Amino acid sequence: MGFIYPNKSTWAILIVVYPYLTGIVAGAFILASLVKVFNVVEVQPIYRLALLTALSFMLVAGMPLQLHLGHPERAYEIFFTPQPTSAMAMFGFVYLWYLLGILLIEIWFEYRQQLVLMARQSRGLLKGIYSALSLFSKDLSPEALAFDHKASKLITIIGIPSAFLLHGYVGFIFGSVKANPWWGSVLMPIVFLMSAIVSGIAMVMFLYILLSLVRNEKLDMRCLDKIGLFLLVAIIVDFVLEALDYIHRLYQSEESIGILTQLVSSKLFLSLVVVQLLLGMLLPLVVLVLVRSVRFNEELRKLLYFTTSLLILLGIFSMRWNVVIGGQLYSKSLRGLMAYKMEITGIESLLTALALLALPFIILAVLYRLLPPRWMESHSPTGIDRPTGVLT
Amino acid sequence: MNKREFLKDAILFFPAAATLQALAPAAEGKAEPATTPTDYDATRHWYGMGIDVDKCIGCNRCVEACKAENNVPDEPFYFRTWIERYQIHENGETRVECISTRAGLPEQAPPEDPSVVRTFFVPKLCNQCAHPPCVQVCPVGATFQTQDGVVLVDEKRCIGCRYCIQACPYGARYLNPRTKTADKCTFCYHRITEGLLPACVEVCPTEARIFGDLKGKADRLVRFHRVNQISVLKPDLNTEPKVLYAQLDGEVR
Amino acid sequence: MKLPEQVTRLGIVIAVIVAVVLLLRFVILPESLFSARPHQAAAAEREMAKPLRHAGVAVCRECHEEQFELKYGGKHRTIGCENCHGPAASHAADENAAKPPLPREREACLACHGYDSSRPNGFPQVDPLEHRPRKKCVTCHDPHDPVPPKAPTECTGCHGRIEHTKAMSTHALLPCASCHAVDAQHMTEPRLALPTKPDSREVCGRCHVPGATDPAASKVSVDMAAHGGTYVCWECHYAHLPEGRK
Repeated sequence: MGFIYPNKSTWAILIVVYPYLTGIVAGAFILASLVKVFNVVEVQPIYRLALLTALSFMLVAGMPLQLHLGHPERAYEIFFTPQPTSAMAMFGFVYLWYLLGILLIEIWFEYRQQLVLMARQSRGLLKGIYSALSLFSKDLSPEALAFDHKASKLITIIGIPSAFLLHGYVGFIFGSVKANPWWGSVLMPIVFLMSAIVSGIAMVMFLYILLSLVRNEKLDMRCLDKIGLFLLVAIIVDFVLEALDYIHRLYQSEESIGILTQLVSSKLFLSLVVVQLLLGMLLPLVVLVLVRSVRFNEELRKLLYFTTSLLILLGIFSMRWNVVIGGQLYSKSLRGLMAYKMEITGIESLLTALALLALPFIILAVLYRLLPPRWMESHSPTGIDRPTGVLT
Repeated sequence: MNKREFLKDAILFFPAAATLQALAPAAEGKAEPATTPTDYDATRHWYGMGIDVDKCIGCNRCVEACKAENNVPDEPFYFRTWIERYQIHENGETRVECISTRAGLPEQAPPEDPSVVRTFFVPKLCNQCAHPPCVQVCPVGATFQTQDGVVLVDEKRCIGCRYCIQACPYGARYLNPRTKTADKCTFCYHRITEGLLPACVEVCPTEARIFGDLKGKADRLVRFHRVNQISVLKPDLNTEPKVLYAQLDGEVR
Repeated sequence: MKLPEQVTRLGIVIAVIVAVVLLLRFVILPESLFSARPHQAAAAEREMAKPLRHAGVAVCRECHEEQFELKYGGKHRTIGCENCHGPAASHAADENAAKPPLPREREACLACHGYDSSRPNGFPQVDPLEHRPRKKCVTCHDPHDPVPPKAPTECTGCHGRIEHTKAMSTHALLPCASCHAVDAQHMTEPRLALPTKPDSREVCGRCHVPGATDPAASKVSVDMAAHGGTYVCWECHYAHLPEGRK
């Protein structure tokens, strides 16, 4: 038994959920941006799904932070007197900017035409809602629609660095803590960012397959294969970065290496080596390479993509756990390991975490009904084709 | 300054302070909201503490006094100051334990172990860093450094995010279960600003703790700083602690 | 180029939000909310206004001058009154409100003076099981001026730590005097007459030579002329715990 400083340390499961949710937001948005900015036509079918996913998770992302506070009623202070030197103080602003300045506006421009049409075709309360959502705009002239598309492209261009900022900064919150050698690393923001992209792509892929099963919609295999390719590339980059981080730590072998090795080989063995590395990274990597090199049939590919995306989502959650909880499983005396006993009920508990993880799906279900992504395909009365991602 | 002189000064100081305090509102007028106390000029001080490891006998009185003076929760995982016992074995292994965790019970000495080559106690507390990482990360500015160099927490504005607890390399902070805000050693700010000693220093039987003002011309801490070889904890983090250790073993961190 | 109507609509929404925020920030909410400095100054003042629990020696002295002088002249000079008597600010404010405790049980003294190997060398410690186990410390020692009732006759009275170490070593049976010459004055004024340490090898050489009477010692016999250059034995070998164990 080693020595631990007597004062308790205290970030729990909710702080694991928080970067997990924001990561999915950033990742889903970056996947969506491939359509608009990089003209990847194949991914067009999931463009709106990716945006709605990002929005659903974004709406929940702030909650774990809010709930873990000792004084949630004072959270407004972070807007009133933000400490310029604190990474965390920027959270409120980055969050609001991303939610209001990027996501909502982009979705609005993307959906405006549909909202106007939906408002025309529905009655009663729904008509009111859609009219209000479209801000009572009516203009569906070709110039106006062309403007919508230009606008959403422009916002996407601003959105990419914003998404990087959103999650890179989450990594910085941990990476800048010099007191904690498990966290304090320059690579932390970029590792967080890459894993965010991985988790966001995996989440959209998972939802795309799931929705096709639940709603009996036809899957676009070209689209799925393309997402699979991006996922593969993102995993490789993520793997290289994380490997670099560990190799660097091992090679530098600083004062903390003893306790960190102990940590990884005991307390974190299951969640880091088995779940994060083997199940969440290497196995998906192998499967995705196989899918690309061997000609599997569609059904098998679908099944493999589905399992892979689930494994990755589990692996990334494990990665967040290993960072947040792992960083608190050893004392800053660098002499002793500690235990984290998760509460089952209560505010900072497993139940709250599960609820917060489920909530985005509920929101997404509502949004999906309210703003059906494929509505235009069946309801375009005037025959105006939605321009594809390719714009001149 | 020796103890006698200090006491003499202290005795003279109290009535003087009281008089000034009584006169101050009259002189100031009511319009000006007081932002700093009128009889205390924080800019003239830069507080620190010296700890002579060779003198600590591990009696734990400082810990008890601190808990009493500052309403620190009794449970054995909330400390503003605590004592560690180091035992360095001949094979190089170092064993450390906190002897302050058994509240109310006198610490039992461990059985004699011939393989221990060095053993000693080390008092720990907030280092009142000149570059405090906890202040740097506080999102709302609720923890801050006063002009006299003490790091305080505003318990009316702390949101309880615990980032400062994570950022402190010394484990000197905890979340107070009663106020749900971060809590830490204040050098007994309510005492030192009245010219008294922090409670831990007041009760330390062997003068293992020296409290003083690094801006003072003839101050015990300044002398302590001059005559001893001083180490600070985790110097590589560049936090510039103002808790100065003399005769500190390299194993201590 | 004419702005499309939807931009105007969105623009109005954004303008309204921005206006509300600016209004809140600069007109409706007081400026003091947006600066941490005044809050910090107020917090520092609140911190300063917290009640004292420990009065401090200077205050105790105002009424208890006699005890203070007694203590100040003795070995407990550096100990604040509230170390033993507990926080006494309430007593200082109103002497009848709270009477500080007068600890008389052994534990109070043993907190400092019970033997503990981690305590610094030379700090007076007793083994509570050996040192008059049933007696209260205050029957023989005045806590304000704790001189031993009679000068200690055994070295272990003060040097318990060394005795404990030596007891586990091959030198357990050697009396202190076989290596240290101790002046009688050392028993009453320890710092004024320090005991000697061996200044030549002959002290060790009495036993650690070939053919010495003690068979255990002769096992580690050395050639005093050839071994160890110019050093005295104890500069390398810790005589209270020599390398060879029992």
